Amino acid sequence: MNSVEPISDFFAELNTFVGDRPEQLLQYLYRIQYRYSFIPPQAVQLLAARLGLPASAIHGVIEFYSFLHDTARGDFDILFSDSITDHMLGSRTLAHRLCERLGVRFGEPRGDGRVSVDLTSCTGMCDQGPAMLVNGWTVTRLDEARIEEIARLIETTTPTDEWPAEFFAVEDNIRRRDLLLTSATSIGSALQALLNKGGQGILDELDRSGLRGRGGAGYKTANKWRFCREAEAQQRYVVCNADEGEPGTFKDRVLLNSYADDVFEGMTLCAGVIGASQGYLYLRGEYRYLLDPLQTALERRRQAGLLGHNILGMDGFDFDIDIHMGAGAYICGEESSLIESLEGKRGIPRKRPPFPVTSGFRLQPTVVNNVETFLAATEIAVHGADWFTAVGSGQSTGSKLLSISGDCARPGMYEYPFGVSIRQILQDCGGEDAQAVQVAGAAGSTVPQRDFDRSIAFEDIATGGSFIVFNQARELLDMVQNFARFFAHESCGFCTPCRVGGTLLKDLVDKVHSGHGTEYDLQQMREIGALMRDTSHCGLGTTAPNPVLDTLDKFPAIYQSRLCDSGYEPAFDLDAALQEAKQMRGQDQDTTHFETEP
Amino acid sequence: MSENKAFTLDTRVIEFQDGDTIMDAALRAGAYIPHLCHNPEFEPHGSCRVCVVGVNGRRISACTQPATEGLEVDNSSEAINKERRALLQMLFVEGNHVCPGCEKSGACQLQAVAYYTGMLDPHFTHFFPKRSVDASHAETAIDFNRCILCELCVRASRDVDRKNVFSISGRGINSHLVINSPSGKLGDSDFSATDKAAQVCPVGAILHKHTGYDRPIGERLYDRQPISVVGDVAEHEGKDHG
Repeated sequence: MNSVEPISDFFAELNTFVGDRPEQLLQYLYRIQYRYSFIPPQAVQLLAARLGLPASAIHGVIEFYSFLHDTARGDFDILFSDSITDHMLGSRTLAHRLCERLGVRFGEPRGDGRVSVDLTSCTGMCDQGPAMLVNGWTVTRLDEARIEEIARLIETTTPTDEWPAEFFAVEDNIRRRDLLLTSATSIGSALQALLNKGGQGILDELDRSGLRGRGGAGYKTANKWRFCREAEAQQRYVVCNADEGEPGTFKDRVLLNSYADDVFEGMTLCAGVIGASQGYLYLRGEYRYLLDPLQTALERRRQAGLLGHNILGMDGFDFDIDIHMGAGAYICGEESSLIESLEGKRGIPRKRPPFPVTSGFRLQPTVVNNVETFLAATEIAVHGADWFTAVGSGQSTGSKLLSISGDCARPGMYEYPFGVSIRQILQDCGGEDAQAVQVAGAAGSTVPQRDFDRSIAFEDIATGGSFIVFNQARELLDMVQNFARFFAHESCGFCTPCRVGGTLLKDLVDKVHSGHGTEYDLQQMREIGALMRDTSHCGLGTTAPNPVLDTLDKFPAIYQSRLCDSGYEPAFDLDAALQEAKQMRGQDQDTTHFETEP
Repeated sequence: MSENKAFTLDTRVIEFQDGDTIMDAALRAGAYIPHLCHNPEFEPHGSCRVCVVGVNGRRISACTQPATEGLEVDNSSEAINKERRALLQMLFVEGNHVCPGCEKSGACQLQAVAYYTGMLDPHFTHFFPKRSVDASHAETAIDFNRCILCELCVRASRDVDRKNVFSISGRGINSHLVINSPSGKLGDSDFSATDKAAQVCPVGAILHKHTGYDRPIGERLYDRQPISVVGDVAEHEGKDHG
């Protein structure tokens, strides 16, 4: 893998299929990163000239996305998924074992440039972790034997395409099918329905179905499509949000693996309804292994006349779909950040209003929907609103796909009618020993045992699909710490409360976790959390303090049991702070250390 | 068509025109809403959040929120003031803002807004980031220790000077201002001291060289009257209030 061509040759090759619009910047960078293990300075110059962008802005994009680097990573660049579910499966021990075996330190490439090992946010393999990425490719079900073998493969410079195929196997693990996953829908039948009923007919059906966005926010899909359809515009766009970054969520991964046609059909249906000719699937970088199969699926649809010109013979119905890769940024799951990222920029959430339905991609009306939402739209177009509303509860019609992981016997994807109780789910997945369930991911809520009879629904416990089980033996503060670190890492840095508050909050959780916290610190956490919730610019910032605020209310004991006895404890360790000076003076003896209060 | 539209800011009635934000209308009426990243010459940004106001129990940033008829805007309750103070304290601990040793002291908008909100200490744990000073340009120095990421210089250089000298790099707490030049130094860029970008910094991050301390303490911009009366630093740029 050292024998790569000069950057100018690769660049010329890339240029033929990526194009030269500035909005392609991220797509260039993503490909260059995986070819060269970093973005060489020469590539930045070439891109600046080709795309007409300032070099500093290109660096700004490189430094924004976790998977892009301006200094070389190892030839084998390994990133351990750092989700709480990976932790629970022993990822940290395995990561340290691999570092030991390879003689490499976290975050620093080895001296010979062979390998680097680091951590990354949840890679969406919670049902088959611990997981890692090696040069962007997903490796699942890590254990000691696999770590030993991986160390050997690296030391023998075996290219990843010669590694055992089972290392890269990703199972669907579909454990329960309901409305959507049992319906037999043949390819093209939703577009046939569009042909029969017309755009307005489909919109009416969607409206009656009550379908709400499946990403978590729950905005009514028919309204989104209608606003976009009615907006004055030169162009309209359809975007599928497959930046499935919420820790503990992996259902979109399954849908894109086994139901890609239904998702693409939903996007095409939407295009027909709103009048769009171009769509994008924004695929998170962690799902690189899905890229080629998805491209193949798109090509198959083009061949079948389901994408391209005059789709299904409908005159003027032109639509195609491109896949854009993300590069390691949770914030890009927020729809306006996603659009910025699609435009090749740093994923900073836009101001609202205007909303994407009137001013989205290229400032044109844009529908951004979740993978599952498009799938549901396809099925509703085929089977009708009544079929859909026959299932569900109250304001929450239809079914919901849940990604279930953590302490349960049968992790995987489950489809349930809305209204199902937490208790029922725990019974089905073998998680009866739960002390709590984290629903809706890091930004969601921690559901204690006393609330297990509550249900999954927009009007009760809303979720984008993440469902992590914690058994009686778990320390819930480990989860809080993992989430607090996650949010500090994933804050885009645009607004003060999230940028600064997120890190202050993380530091306070660390302080309490390490046994140095006091009541005063808990009060600080509440105040900082409330400020972030109330004043942040976007949904990430407003929900980032949730795991702290929620557990402070519901599980005060996990904090109280770790508090030290004093009313005030400094944020730093005086002894450690003076260590360097003492060493320099040759005074590092026991007598010069401060007594630590018991 | 829009002559009689109005909302209330605390007890005051503020008239507005179509397209106004709450901040636009308040500024025109001479009503003060504390702010740092906003400058009426540029597109609203909404990043510092200091202009947070209360509307129907929710918090919104006045600089980005369109004004609407009949809104009742809370701009001065103790709850709002406390939140603004906490946001300012966060900005203080994030960078290295050593007012006694800063030549901008007394004419700094961050300091002046902090006084206005009654901030008495930085409260939170200091980050003490390691940041540099760039003195490579003949007429202008940049002290990154004091940058609050308002992006006014970014916007001015991009939208007015058409030079794109500044941009933001990094993510989260590692976000930082960078300069578009081969060496990353200001002296190596197209920047000129007469650029708009040189006249908009609300703090002591972008400094005119050779003029520091020209104006003695006691006679500086905010030494005698609060920012609610004096207005923004940028309004006084070039008028020798340093």
